[in-house]
Amino acid sequence: MLRTHILFLAIAVVSGAALAGKVAAYTVYVSNEKGNSITVIDSATLKVKQTIPVGQRPRGIMLTRDGKELLICASDDDTVQILDLATNEIVGNLPSGPDPEQLNIHPSGSPVYIANEDDALMTAIDLKERKVVAEVSVGVEPEGVGVSPDGKVLIATSETSNMAHFIDTDTYEITDNVLVGSRPRFAEFTADGSQLWVSSEVAGTVSVIDPKTRQIIKTIGFEIPGIQPETIQPVGIRILKDGSKAFVALGPANHVAVIDAKRLEVERYLLVGQRDWQLAFTPDEKLLFVTNGNSNDVSIIDVPTLKVVKSMPVGSAPWGVAISQQ
Amino acid sequence: MQPSNVFATLTHTSFLAWGRPSAYIPANARKFIGTLSCVRGSVLGMSCHQRKPLSEPPRPHPERTGKFSRLYYPLVLLLSPALLFLLAQQQPRSAQASPQQGEPSVSGPAPVQPPADAGLQPSKPGAPTGALTQVPIGYLKQEVKRLIPLSRLHVEPEDYGIAGAEMALKDNNTTGRFTKQEFTLDVERVPIGSDAVPALQKLRESGHHFILVDAPAETLLRLSDSVKGKDVLLFNVRAEDEELRQEECRANVLHTAPDRYMLADALAQYLVWKKWQRWLVVKGVFPEDLAYLDAIRRAAKRFGGTIVEEREYKETPGARRSDTGEEQIQQQMPTFTQGAPDYDVVIVADEKEVFGPYLPYRTWDPRPVAGTTGLVAMSWHPAHEQWGATQMQNRFERFAKRFMWPVDYQAWIAVRAIGEGATRVRSGEVGPVSDYIRGKDFDLAAFKGQKVTFRKWDGQLREPILVTGPDLPVSISPQAGFLHQNTEVDTLGVDEPESKCKFK
Repeated sequence: MLRTHILFLAIAVVSGAALAGKVAAYTVYVSNEKGNSITVIDSATLKVKQTIPVGQRPRGIMLTRDGKELLICASDDDTVQILDLATNEIVGNLPSGPDPEQLNIHPSGSPVYIANEDDALMTAIDLKERKVVAEVSVGVEPEGVGVSPDGKVLIATSETSNMAHFIDTDTYEITDNVLVGSRPRFAEFTADGSQLWVSSEVAGTVSVIDPKTRQIIKTIGFEIPGIQPETIQPVGIRILKDGSKAFVALGPANHVAVIDAKRLEVERYLLVGQRDWQLAFTPDEKLLFVTNGNSNDVSIIDVPTLKVVKSMPVGSAPWGVAISQQ
Repeated sequence: MQPSNVFATLTHTSFLAWGRPSAYIPANARKFIGTLSCVRGSVLGMSCHQRKPLSEPPRPHPERTGKFSRLYYPLVLLLSPALLFLLAQQQPRSAQASPQQGEPSVSGPAPVQPPADAGLQPSKPGAPTGALTQVPIGYLKQEVKRLIPLSRLHVEPEDYGIAGAEMALKDNNTTGRFTKQEFTLDVERVPIGSDAVPALQKLRESGHHFILVDAPAETLLRLSDSVKGKDVLLFNVRAEDEELRQEECRANVLHTAPDRYMLADALAQYLVWKKWQRWLVVKGVFPEDLAYLDAIRRAAKRFGGTIVEEREYKETPGARRSDTGEEQIQQQMPTFTQGAPDYDVVIVADEKEVFGPYLPYRTWDPRPVAGTTGLVAMSWHPAHEQWGATQMQNRFERFAKRFMWPVDYQAWIAVRAIGEGATRVRSGEVGPVSDYIRGKDFDLAAFKGQKVTFRKWDGQLREPILVTGPDLPVSISPQAGFLHQNTEVDTLGVDEPESKCKFK
């Protein structure tokens, strides 16, 4: 009896410590492309709190800079929906143009930048007014949207032109175009703004670009024993704030690559679910959430130990992920 | 019908009317008549000729003004800016196909454009001279007499293939804006029975070094030999004949059309995966049918299918229509397939559509139909939506006002390959571009879930193949489990060790 009590106590202490040590409670939002919903997860308990029905084919999602709203690319509804996180109600739409897939937001909170794949346009929308303030003609099928930390440079990657377009956020002029590998999908700056990382899905590479010179510093390739090279298709990229490590989702290769971001070399590959697509850190950078589009779940990576600690089911075909500060 | 409704009608009828696997038909160039009238095309919701954005003012169609425009005025609204376009042809080249306009130049029956002389030409007044590299591309279409297809849904569009090349040209030029390269397209149509070689000469003399060939195998070979050792790269966008990749392979040809072996392998892998391994093969009498049959026999051996019996449909095509047709066919087809050994699936080898489309729902035993009818392997289907293909379908439908089918896709790939090569090597010269396209660094995103490249041993495009029913793709091959030491997609078609190609 006593032994059982001690055991229970031990378990309680250990798990309590684990929970306390692991995370503050953040809220994780996952868009389910086929489920037409957003799954809300508590990052401390790793339990689904709620599933919110939204527009059709929700893909790219992002929290507004004030953390009060979630912007959702409802691709098949040709709009970007605004989800009020206090009420979990859709409170409005942004005039995104057809088939929005990914978006980004200026560090000041507005405008919102949306890639319109169908029109070869990058659209800037004032978030308050919900009005288009500029449209920039870019290459064929723009997709990835990056914004430099200082807010001066906007990046659009065009999937068929295979370019990262550098756009001045004041003048909306294209200042340069950098050729990268085939089908560039995602653009991410390092926190200090010294590097731009672009993933090329079909080429199977990540290009690291110096935004000052617009030269490619290095093209990182991937090789996983036993995995056919064609299935290695990098999409989502996240880089730790201190610039030490980067994580790249490799799509149908079902792995996340961990990259030493100083040496620009792959350190290891972590096995996750099927067709991992996008990634997001918790604000304390302790956990990394990975959406697995073909296995309908998210994998959760413990960042300090580089271990996949859990996978949990969400809706159908999870695509985007965003994590709030609260 | 207002112009804006034309496309609505198209989309409405599409998956019903166009939903049959006519794609395989165009792919094999077998079910269409070459002398298709515009009127029929319009009935099917297909455009007959050049199209321009709806916003442009209506102009009479250059070829068919009279009765046609009266009867089909709304369609003319869509199509007729071709006259505008013809007018534009009279103007300097730079005015008709500048990337700023985003509209490709295609001459249709009109004469080929004068050479893009110095290779450097400004695209608009005021642009710095010498800033732009011009890359002229030719499209040589040998018109072919075809049987009237059994289904009126399978009539080949007038701009079949060409529209795919045009759209790729637009894509190239959108990129070209940033790389200061301008791609142009000129079409040479060779009438039925005429010699294609002079047309190729004409294109070459006017500065075209990259030429898409939409022609039967024997024409392609003659064209290839006529420019042997010259600075010309040909793209075979239509012919599926195996010989072109084997004994008769040519150093100056790349194939964006899949060959019959690839198609048969793609289908066979799916059937074997499905455990439908006993095949009743019914074959027509034409050489193309026997070529397809050969591919099916080879695939059965490679992947573990068993042909339980081969049956020949001896009738050659007579009149396609008669008032009592359906009734008779309803009697004929069950009898034709009666008394077969136990089997899982009928495989039809009937490339010219003499009897194949009559088989589904009429076999003696209730069995699915595959091959050249029913479940068909093809490079592209208008309902394919995976891997961003929706984008491509939308772009094409907006542009061509009809659905995208395999030869459109194959022409799109060829022009995109040229564009990608020119962008990467920063040159419009055929030598470096050709080397790049054939080299190890080349890859193209082509909405197939993995890069497409060219096989170095025979110049064939290496690509996954759709296995599709009438309305929706069923699967995409290679199937999981068919392993290869280098890349699984090379389980489709002729692999390096078995290749008989020695480039001439």
